[in-house]
Amino acid sequence: MSHPRNPGTPLDCTSFVRVNRPAAERRAATLVARRSLKGAHQAAWLLNAIACMDLTTLAGDDTPDRVRRLCAKARRPLADEIVAALGLEEMPKTGAVCVYPTLVAPAVAALAGSGIPVASVATGFPAGLMPLELRLAEIRYAVDQGAQEIDIVITRAHVLGGDWAALYDEIAAMRAACGPAHLKAILATGDLVTLSNVYAASVVAMQAGADFIKTSTGKEGVNATLPVGLTMCRAIRDYRAATGHIVGFKPAGGMKTAKDALNWQILMREELGRDWLRPDLFRLGASSMLADIERQLSHHVTGRYAAHHRLALA
Amino acid sequence: MPSLSEILATMEYGPAPESESLARDWLARGPFGHFINGAFTAPGALFDTTNPARNEVLAQVTQGTEQDIAAAVAAARAAFPAWSGLPGAARARYLYAIARQIQKRERLFAVLEALDNGKPLREARDGDIPLAVRHFYHHAGWAELLAEEFPGQRPHGVCGQIIPWNFPLLMLAWKIAPALAAGNTVVLKPAEYTPLSALLFAEICTEAGLPAGVVNIVTGDGATGAALVAHPGVDKIAFTGSTAVGREIRRATAGTAKALTLELGGKSPLLVFADADLDAAVEGVVDAIWFNQGEVCCAGARLLVAEAVAAPFAAKLRARMDGLRLGDPLDKSTDIGAIVHPRQLARIRDLVAQGVAAGGVLYQGQGREGCFHPPSVILEVSPANPCFTEEIFGPVATLTTFRTPQEAVELANNTRYGLAASIWSENLTVAMDMAAHIRAGVIWINATNLFDANAPFGGMRESGFGREGARAGMLAYLRPLDAPAPHAGPAPVLALPQPVAITGIDRTHKLYIGGAQKRADSGQSYSVRRGDVLAGHAPLGSRKDIRNAVEAAHKASNWARMSGHARAQVLYFLGENLAARAAALEEFAPKPEVEAAIARAFYYAAWADKHDGRVQDTQSGHITLALQEPFGVMGLICPEEAPLLACLSLVLPAIALGNRVVAVCAQSNPLPALELAQVFACSDLPGGVVNLVSGPKADLAQTLAAHEDVAALWCAAPELVAMAERKSAANLKPVWAVPDALGQGRDFLAASVQTKTVWVPYGA
Repeated sequence: MSHPRNPGTPLDCTSFVRVNRPAAERRAATLVARRSLKGAHQAAWLLNAIACMDLTTLAGDDTPDRVRRLCAKARRPLADEIVAALGLEEMPKTGAVCVYPTLVAPAVAALAGSGIPVASVATGFPAGLMPLELRLAEIRYAVDQGAQEIDIVITRAHVLGGDWAALYDEIAAMRAACGPAHLKAILATGDLVTLSNVYAASVVAMQAGADFIKTSTGKEGVNATLPVGLTMCRAIRDYRAATGHIVGFKPAGGMKTAKDALNWQILMREELGRDWLRPDLFRLGASSMLADIERQLSHHVTGRYAAHHRLALA
Repeated sequence: MPSLSEILATMEYGPAPESESLARDWLARGPFGHFINGAFTAPGALFDTTNPARNEVLAQVTQGTEQDIAAAVAAARAAFPAWSGLPGAARARYLYAIARQIQKRERLFAVLEALDNGKPLREARDGDIPLAVRHFYHHAGWAELLAEEFPGQRPHGVCGQIIPWNFPLLMLAWKIAPALAAGNTVVLKPAEYTPLSALLFAEICTEAGLPAGVVNIVTGDGATGAALVAHPGVDKIAFTGSTAVGREIRRATAGTAKALTLELGGKSPLLVFADADLDAAVEGVVDAIWFNQGEVCCAGARLLVAEAVAAPFAAKLRARMDGLRLGDPLDKSTDIGAIVHPRQLARIRDLVAQGVAAGGVLYQGQGREGCFHPPSVILEVSPANPCFTEEIFGPVATLTTFRTPQEAVELANNTRYGLAASIWSENLTVAMDMAAHIRAGVIWINATNLFDANAPFGGMRESGFGREGARAGMLAYLRPLDAPAPHAGPAPVLALPQPVAITGIDRTHKLYIGGAQKRADSGQSYSVRRGDVLAGHAPLGSRKDIRNAVEAAHKASNWARMSGHARAQVLYFLGENLAARAAALEEFAPKPEVEAAIARAFYYAAWADKHDGRVQDTQSGHITLALQEPFGVMGLICPEEAPLLACLSLVLPAIALGNRVVAVCAQSNPLPALELAQVFACSDLPGGVVNLVSGPKADLAQTLAAHEDVAALWCAAPELVAMAERKSAANLKPVWAVPDALGQGRDFLAASVQTKTVWVPYGA
């Protein structure tokens, strides 16, 4: 962590912005068309995406063995021959592994010595419609199990009802429950629908002390989209300009391709700058994206299009 | 090439150049001649066309001579009967084939455009080329539907078209597609700096099987363009370029009966209100002034920002400028390419220096050696700063603050130009109010530089006249089938007392100005004779009366804001009062003429609330309105025939749609028109809406034609058209040579309005 944690600020709703959706969509569409990455630069940016990836499994049929398999892929995300051909001195690793609270312990054990942190969802993920005390208890449980990062979900009703104080108090309490673990606030933007809601929820989450703001659980009808990401990045930028505090960003859900990995990084670079391409300020929450990145890197080093079945499953 | 770990440390983008090998292969076909009558001529006297980004010669092209122009016009003339005689559906297939052929060569076109102009390949690839293709598809449709949708219209014949260097292929498409769809044939001169894509287009015409002579392309400089304008065999001139050259063309074509449309310069405002999405507005500025190096006629060059958000907006803007990448146009990560030519670069630098000398504070993004100019904004610019008024045609915006919406409009309209405006506010109520009050042909709300073949594009004021795109654009390439009526000139003005006695009770006619009857400023009258009989005296108006009449007309601006229904009530009442005074009017005009005049009032009363605009089908998620706005203050030059009916035939359509008019009455017999003053006065017509001046018609018409605060002129006196067109160049007001001043109908209504296209993107 190269920057101090966001301490939060008192609630202040005057800084909300009405976001113009067509303009945001235009910018999102042209932003990725304005930048192109070829050859070694594309390979480097894909490697960076791996370093920023929260390799994730959040399914009802998750088991300790399934989580251990994922952790093995987090430690060795690329085949040895690709790593060698790229001329890397050591095997890359993902930014984190993200699991349900009851699977934190096997993940922590599987990642021992790797330096890869375990992130846990909490607070009644994905809907969050549980009594606050139970949600806070769940955070404390996950931290106790060894999670270094907690991905909480917000109560969407507070946003849809405009009850900003309730939203602020809830997230502030969760931040307190996290203790030293970092809090990523999942806004579930697919449920918030309007970009103005997304902006307001981003601001309140940051004021309440979130270390990261995150788009989606992966379970909403619409997950991470570039216009939503653009809106959240601008909120982070405005919050920093107003307070000096630095907050990270995590898009999650629906991102499956290496092209997605490049596009989201271009968004970060253009809207927030180079610092937001480091894992302490940027994470990609994804399950299947790594496989496509590995295929693209394989193609980069061999010149041949790769087959999934020749590369290790996550 | 840096290593992976070095790239990972910096996370730079790295080079991403587009291949230029195919374009180089094509360039090897040079040196190029002209494309005349379906074939390339042998190269003549050659000049270089260069790649400004690398200061290298790309190819040599031929300097077009008068003989070349004559050959091209002759080819176009020869091709015209067969081409215009084809069924629209047959022409549609050629246009469709051209669209398809351009698509098949889209990358070659994009690379050639980037090389020749210096624009980023990405913009050529994603903007110029697809839009050019869209124009040919759209106009294939108009060719198909021509007979059905434009009855009573015919093509002009041979169109001379002169296009600029900023969007070479796209401007070609805007010119050629509607001309061919309407059945015209074409001689096009591409810009001296950027002739290559037009020559490639010539090959496309051959591939599409276009008949020889329908499209002719002659390369060259301004002298070649002047020869095209001057050629007597050209029926219409369409020009896109600078206002200065547009003025020259207006003077050169005056009185030649050549139709003319001009798409000229601009100094378009971009308004940012306190409730705007500021980050979105900053991107709007990027699209407005750093698109195509700011070499865009409708560039949003004047940023007008609410004082309440000026500081945060400027901070966001500076941060955004720091991220703009200036560089190799062929690199796909380049935002801003090269300036088209060192001469243009020198002009930009000179204007920026003037702006700074006048107190502006300059902020610039990344620069680069060579023919490049960094993205720039000049802060603290007042309207007195030359950079507020002069078109820079480079990546330079100015920033000025405003306090209230009213002041924003005042600043926005404080310009000779009227091409475009961009308005940023999350309050649509306010934004639409701005759109209504800003004098510009295209208005974008919460967007900038949106274009579509079905959205009319063109200017007001000194940004020119005529529209390109959509139905409105087709009208620029068509004219009515009817022939003009025969005409007699006026009797001389006799200002000295005549040795003839007046019969009956003396009547004193005065000028009608600002709703009151006024004596002529000269203090003189002249004799009006009917044969040998002295019918009365008319006031001898002069230039000062014209001045007063125009001022009175401007004060009556509320007329334009009334609903069409409210204006209709006045016109119906006028018709009723004309009928009530029919007997008195018959002392001045024959009974059938009086009856026709009464009918005309009812006719235009009927139209007052029905000459609707349109909602154009452009892009999904956008409402695109084509509003029909009155010009404002118009000048009307009446003919000598039927002085009562002719005067009303000109006045009524113009005022029905919201204009205020200054009419110069028939010189030989102004009395019937002046007699109307009493009818206007008792018909609830607000003072200043109609102003009537009599006297030496040529002098009065000249003052009106040259008046810089008159927005449009109708001339129903054929002997004065040449003069009026020449003098109109002062403020580039459109001049309509009225073919039949005793007629009525849609042509009069169409000439009473100008299209204002308003784009409103929406999305929750």
